[in-house]
Amino acid sequence: MSERDGLRIGVYVCHCGTNIAGTVDVRAVAESAAALPGVAVSRDYKYMCSDPGQDLIRQDIQKFGLNRIVVAACSPHLHEHTFRTATRTGGLNEFYFQMVNIREQDSWVHEHKGAATRKAIDLVRAAARRVARHRALEKSRTPIHPAVLVVGGGIAGIHAALTLANAGKHVYLVEREPSIGGHMAKFDKTFPTLDCAACILTPKMSAVKNHPNITLWTYSEVTAVEGYIGNYKATIARRPRYIDEDLCAGCLECIDACVFRQAKVPDEFNEDLSRRKPIYVPFPQAVPLVPVIDPEACIEFHSHKCKKTCVTACGERHAVNLRAEEKLERIDIGSIVLATGFRAYDARRSANYGYGVYPNVYTALEVERLINASGPTAGEVVLRDGRTPQTVGIVHCVGSRDENTNRWCSRVCCMYSLKLAHLVKERTGAEVFNFYIDMRTPGKGFEEFYQKLLSERVHFVRGRVAEVTDWALDSSEEGRLVIRVEDTLAGLFRRIPVDMVILSTGLEPQPDAGDVRRLFNISSSPEGFFLERHPKLAPVNTFTEGVLLAGCCQGPKDIPDTVAQAGAAAAEALALIDAGSVETDPNTAYVMEEACSGCKTCVPLCPYHAISFAQAARKAEINQALCKGCGTCVAACPSSSIGQNLFEDDEIFEESEGLLAYA
Amino acid sequence: MKPKVAFYWCASCGGCEEAVVDLDEDILKVVAAVDIVFWPVALDFKEKDVGAMPQGGIDICFINGAVRTTEQQRMALLLRAKAKVVVAFGACAQLGGIPALANLTTAAEILQEVNHTEQAEGLPRLFDSVFPLDRIIPVEYYIPGCPPTPRIILAAIEALLAGQAPSLSDHALCDECPRKDTRPPDLLLPQLHRIPHYALDPETCILAQGVPCLGPATRAGCEARCIGGNMPCTGCFGPTSRVRDFGAKALSALASVVAATEEKEIDTVFENLPDPAGTFYRYSLPVGRGLPPAAARRGRPTTTGEPYGNHT
Repeated sequence: MSERDGLRIGVYVCHCGTNIAGTVDVRAVAESAAALPGVAVSRDYKYMCSDPGQDLIRQDIQKFGLNRIVVAACSPHLHEHTFRTATRTGGLNEFYFQMVNIREQDSWVHEHKGAATRKAIDLVRAAARRVARHRALEKSRTPIHPAVLVVGGGIAGIHAALTLANAGKHVYLVEREPSIGGHMAKFDKTFPTLDCAACILTPKMSAVKNHPNITLWTYSEVTAVEGYIGNYKATIARRPRYIDEDLCAGCLECIDACVFRQAKVPDEFNEDLSRRKPIYVPFPQAVPLVPVIDPEACIEFHSHKCKKTCVTACGERHAVNLRAEEKLERIDIGSIVLATGFRAYDARRSANYGYGVYPNVYTALEVERLINASGPTAGEVVLRDGRTPQTVGIVHCVGSRDENTNRWCSRVCCMYSLKLAHLVKERTGAEVFNFYIDMRTPGKGFEEFYQKLLSERVHFVRGRVAEVTDWALDSSEEGRLVIRVEDTLAGLFRRIPVDMVILSTGLEPQPDAGDVRRLFNISSSPEGFFLERHPKLAPVNTFTEGVLLAGCCQGPKDIPDTVAQAGAAAAEALALIDAGSVETDPNTAYVMEEACSGCKTCVPLCPYHAISFAQAARKAEINQALCKGCGTCVAACPSSSIGQNLFEDDEIFEESEGLLAYA
Repeated sequence: MKPKVAFYWCASCGGCEEAVVDLDEDILKVVAAVDIVFWPVALDFKEKDVGAMPQGGIDICFINGAVRTTEQQRMALLLRAKAKVVVAFGACAQLGGIPALANLTTAAEILQEVNHTEQAEGLPRLFDSVFPLDRIIPVEYYIPGCPPTPRIILAAIEALLAGQAPSLSDHALCDECPRKDTRPPDLLLPQLHRIPHYALDPETCILAQGVPCLGPATRAGCEARCIGGNMPCTGCFGPTSRVRDFGAKALSALASVVAATEEKEIDTVFENLPDPAGTFYRYSLPVGRGLPPAAARRGRPTTTGEPYGNHT
């Protein structure tokens, strides 16, 4: 549209108090805009986002017969929606609007008023040129399927699932391990209150099992996801546990009856500190309390010559089925909560601490199991040779805050190290040393807990441990582990002989986080944790609509934060479901069907699988609900037969030419 | 009275002239329908004969070839002044064509390198850049091709004689390619091949075989003749009307299907594409928005020290 065709643009330049007006001469910007072709009215105003500011737009549309609106103010992230609404309520199609960011991209980043003003003038000129090319567009609505898929059955997934289920929504909770509970199920006590982990977790686990709105699939993994917000389809592979969940009564007699009289298989749940049988439950409070057979260890799966005493023990129930096969479940859901958790840093990677070399070097998770009453030693902290340690050293930041391994702070290690220090001292009376870089206790009751530990005569040595060694220099070190460290407060190098070393390992993304990321089409930050849409404004959302994050898969966090985030993710899912449908911006790509040659260049390029090749028409086809408007196909189309709403070639070229017209 | 028609060639290989002759018997229909008033390659007319014509003395003037020299510029301006309709005929007139690959270097360098000389006195001077015809004079219509195919020439002449605009396909070549359906939708090429070293299957999509084919980026209308000869499309019909930079689009069409993702692997794959400019910008170097900025954006024909007018 040109001036000749009746183009009438209204330009509004916001002061944003002094945020913009302090650095940009807003009056000059408005005056310069008034002289642009097609501009019918140009104003500056103190707060355009205020009600009177929006009214100005609405009134001017009527008074001056405006047909295009340009607002130069803050970031479109903040107020594009506000001004589009004002444009619409003023009687125009809301996409006859263009926003210019002269705050974040101008006044806030420049100091020279003259130059900042010239930049604002250029930006407004570009927008006025662009908006003339804008077309009327319509938003579309997508219905939301009310069921939710929660991936991961740790405390995050459990809490999200229960919140949703209690609100009356159907939840599919998928857990890879034979039981839900996650890492939290391995802990004895939780910081800083020292309440028993099992006491707070197991009621929630059984609530999940018994909830009529939750379909719980353990020992299962999501293998395929397709669709878009409100209309996802997921495929879940349920690995055979060889015990039928529906038939099993949980008597566990099959485990007693197993031909393995001695447990011989390293027990993963106890961090390999004990042994289990080929048929086992991971821990006594497991949910579901249904045994699982490990086909790697069970002799029937190798020789087919086992007496199958488990089958006999089960008797009339016939719950043991050694021929069970993987089952695929296909479900429709509207949204997804990812709560896939973390893995602990592999302490072997920090070779200088001797894990895997010296038997008395433990990881924190191993010690959690030692302390746990249902653990391998029934809660007794003893060394591998059965001795009770007299002196214990806890090394902080193993695999955290380290250029050689992981650069991030794992957030929980200071606090759990304090907890372990307290518990070890309580159980053994040992002398406990903490070796820390900085004590980080920023949580409710955390600093108080630290103070309590200080009063319990636990030693704190500030310094990163250089080495754990068994090389004794004198008789006091003989037969013990020596921690070599620079005590940066005392200003000297120290050798501290101990009986037991606990490595406070950090939190890392799951080893298959990259596969999960691709499966659900979301992004990761460089270290591999899933990326939230905005750290402050959308902390549980992802860039894929309808896929939400909870817990440590998004970054290291403690249990309170995890539960809070899981609640937030559930609330976001509820908000989607209760809205019933979601409005989608029309900034999508579309194929000009007449022009498309069917060359298929675009088809595999779409990161969102929105493009398919329509066999009948022999042309490409874009699913508008799947398209995120990234523009990849638009740029790639060799014959320029794909356009993109709001980012048409002519709009972009007009804008560029307007921007460069000062020359 | 029969319409008066003129043909002229600028910087071209002569293939466009040959293409007119190649109309075979159909040429007789054309000759019968029109009065040819100027055609230096076939008939003995001189520049002064054109000069003597009145304004509008030519109804349709077909000019092939790019503009490389001051003489070609002079003739283009002269014919423009006499013709009611000027048609840029063939890839060189439309897009610069093969001669415009000279824009990768300068006229002086070419003279030094090839002829070991400088611009001679008394001969038409070479411009620094080679130009498509519409950079020198306004052009009404374009007939693409290197050279245009008999069918497209005849259709264009018939349309023009009927007072209509020649109609061109605005699809890419894949639309009319007989091998279209043999391209898999998820094509990913582990490597590229060069034609002399690769036995092309005569049925399968050439790009899908790993040989660069510019069909996805090139305007259709040639009846996929090269494909019919089991050779890849080199892009002589130029881009569709919606494209601003043919080479960028052609590069995109190929780069999009290369499987390699690491820079080193990509370099290895593209070792089999030794002449990227000559591959992607073979016919359109001066008209791209992207490459090369200096020659493409200069837009004004100049030889050293000589100012020239510009129709824009």
